[in-house]
Amino acid sequence: MSTQLIEAIIDGVLTGGLYALTLIFGMLEVINIAQGIFVVLGSYLSYALWVHAGIDPFLGLLITIPALFVVGIGTEWAFLRRIGDRDRVAMSILITYAVSLLIEGALDIGFGTTFVQLRVPYFSDTWHVFGFYLEYIYVFGFIMAAVLLAGLYALMYRTRFGASLRAALQDRTAAALIGVNVKRVSTISFGIGVAVTAAGGMVFGATSGFDASSSLDLISRLLTIVVLGGLGSIGGAMGAALFMLVLEDIVAVVWSPVWSPVIYFLMLLIVLSVRPQGLFGKLATRAQ
Amino acid sequence: MTPDAFSPAPAPVPSSSTAARWTKAGAWVAAGIVLIAFPLVFSTPAVTSIAVFTVIFMAAATAWNSFSGYSGYISIGHAVFFGSGAYTIALIALHLHLAGGYGIFWYVPLAGVVAMVIAVPVGLIALRTRRHTFVVITIAFFFIFQLLAYNLSSLTKGSAGILLPTPPWTGVGFNQHFYYAALVVLVVAVLLSAGVRHSRFGLQLLAIRDDEDRAAGLGVKTTRVKLIAYVISAFSVGMAGAVWAYFLGDIHPQFAFTPLFDLAVAIMAFLGGLGTISGPLFGAALLESLQQYFTLQYSAGDLYLFAYGALFLVVIVALPKGVIPTVADGYRRWHERRTQAMVDKTGRMSGAAPPLAPNLRTAMETGPGVKR
Repeated sequence: MSTQLIEAIIDGVLTGGLYALTLIFGMLEVINIAQGIFVVLGSYLSYALWVHAGIDPFLGLLITIPALFVVGIGTEWAFLRRIGDRDRVAMSILITYAVSLLIEGALDIGFGTTFVQLRVPYFSDTWHVFGFYLEYIYVFGFIMAAVLLAGLYALMYRTRFGASLRAALQDRTAAALIGVNVKRVSTISFGIGVAVTAAGGMVFGATSGFDASSSLDLISRLLTIVVLGGLGSIGGAMGAALFMLVLEDIVAVVWSPVWSPVIYFLMLLIVLSVRPQGLFGKLATRAQ
Repeated sequence: MTPDAFSPAPAPVPSSSTAARWTKAGAWVAAGIVLIAFPLVFSTPAVTSIAVFTVIFMAAATAWNSFSGYSGYISIGHAVFFGSGAYTIALIALHLHLAGGYGIFWYVPLAGVVAMVIAVPVGLIALRTRRHTFVVITIAFFFIFQLLAYNLSSLTKGSAGILLPTPPWTGVGFNQHFYYAALVVLVVAVLLSAGVRHSRFGLQLLAIRDDEDRAAGLGVKTTRVKLIAYVISAFSVGMAGAVWAYFLGDIHPQFAFTPLFDLAVAIMAFLGGLGTISGPLFGAALLESLQQYFTLQYSAGDLYLFAYGALFLVVIVALPKGVIPTVADGYRRWHERRTQAMVDKTGRMSGAAPPLAPNLRTAMETGPGVKR
């Protein structure tokens, strides 16, 4: 195995894990297409802090994570909670797509359309381990992802808020009946989901060049993950994210980067044709 | 029930009133005259160029609505058919060595047919799923086609794109030829959409939108009905794509298969009123002309993205049903109040129907065959 392949797997695990979590927190009957542009927004924030203020991207997360939390809460409050009762999921797709265009336009105006990359000198230093040379950004990114995942897991399964969120994910009405403030839980969890993209975006910006339109690539991947895993299934989204991103990276390294997205979408089509509810999703009692 | 964009869109005017029906017919005739006369009155190339794009998108939005609006299956992948139509006409012109001119327009229906042929397998796979899974599958198909256009460079020439022959027309007439070609496509799209809407087939589609399981229980062959509507919709979109490609003069994967198209047609239909015939026409006329104007005036695509997103959000929050149904509702309420006032004054029922339960009334007005 080459170093490239190891990096691809780490990249898959890292981004997959992070993205999956951000999605879970937005999953209260909402498919968030804007997640892609939020990742890019996180990249640009880290980039701007590094280039203009010289703030280390990892340190800068202390600023970018709260900033995106506010953006997320604002989006949910302003638009998503105004969706009517029917077809919430389809409406959420359209609304978040519009939000995504809005932010993409703003980023184009603010940063222009040339590709940039977050280049911090020590990120590309390598660490020699088990005969591989791994770049620091992957190592630190992996540690950061592990810490965030652990923190979010604790929030999800060890706190009262997490219990409310899981209850609302299972059944909005029933959760409301036993005293969960579903609206508040939705808003806060959406905010957390967007906040975590700041971390994902930082690593994304450091490992690849980006501009505002990079979000389109991200959207397709994120959507694939959440639908493939099964809407509302936490473990499913995690599993699907790891599986698809690792698969894509491996295809890119072993075969050709040109065809790896095609494999990715073909996989999606095959799985959904056989299991429309996704890999781990429960069948809707009465769809459409 | 809270208002939402997926509730059945009632007919613009109450079908009970003969006067209202004449008003409606008059409006369609007037709109037709305006569309035919437009490039003759405003013949500046800048204006007619905007008009060509606008008419193309009016056709595309109408076609999108004739599937997604009636069936409730939101497709965010119709750029597959737009791009396929565009590439078909470009490849035909390239391989048959066609010279620029009217000749190419005769191949536009063929581009529509190619889009239809592509729609059959795509539809068979996508329509196995419902709701958000369907949305995602259509997006996945879109990305697959875009990637194919990029990567199958022996066929599509990849990101280098294909150059179409330049027509020999000059001056003011140049855009006018394209305008009328686009107008023909628009008329076909509207006729197909209205034909679907005012038929038994259309009623079956509406039944699927309202409750697919119950429709199937009542004997609607849901898969077949959905697939046929999907394929018909692809036909018009493919033709619109072909005229668009010829007008632009060259095509590239990122423009022929653009996610903006996917969203644009959906937003246009939403803005005007999902499931109505005039809604997508109105939405496309407004949005596409604004977009082209912005691009021309400020050469700023970024500003346009921003404005587009903002406008859509405002519409969703303020007018969740779309402009046309909201206006029609307002008119109907005003009309009912006035009739009620007349009834009160004369003290007897003067031809006004007794108030019906809202859902029953909606069902009657949505059903084209039912006369009140």
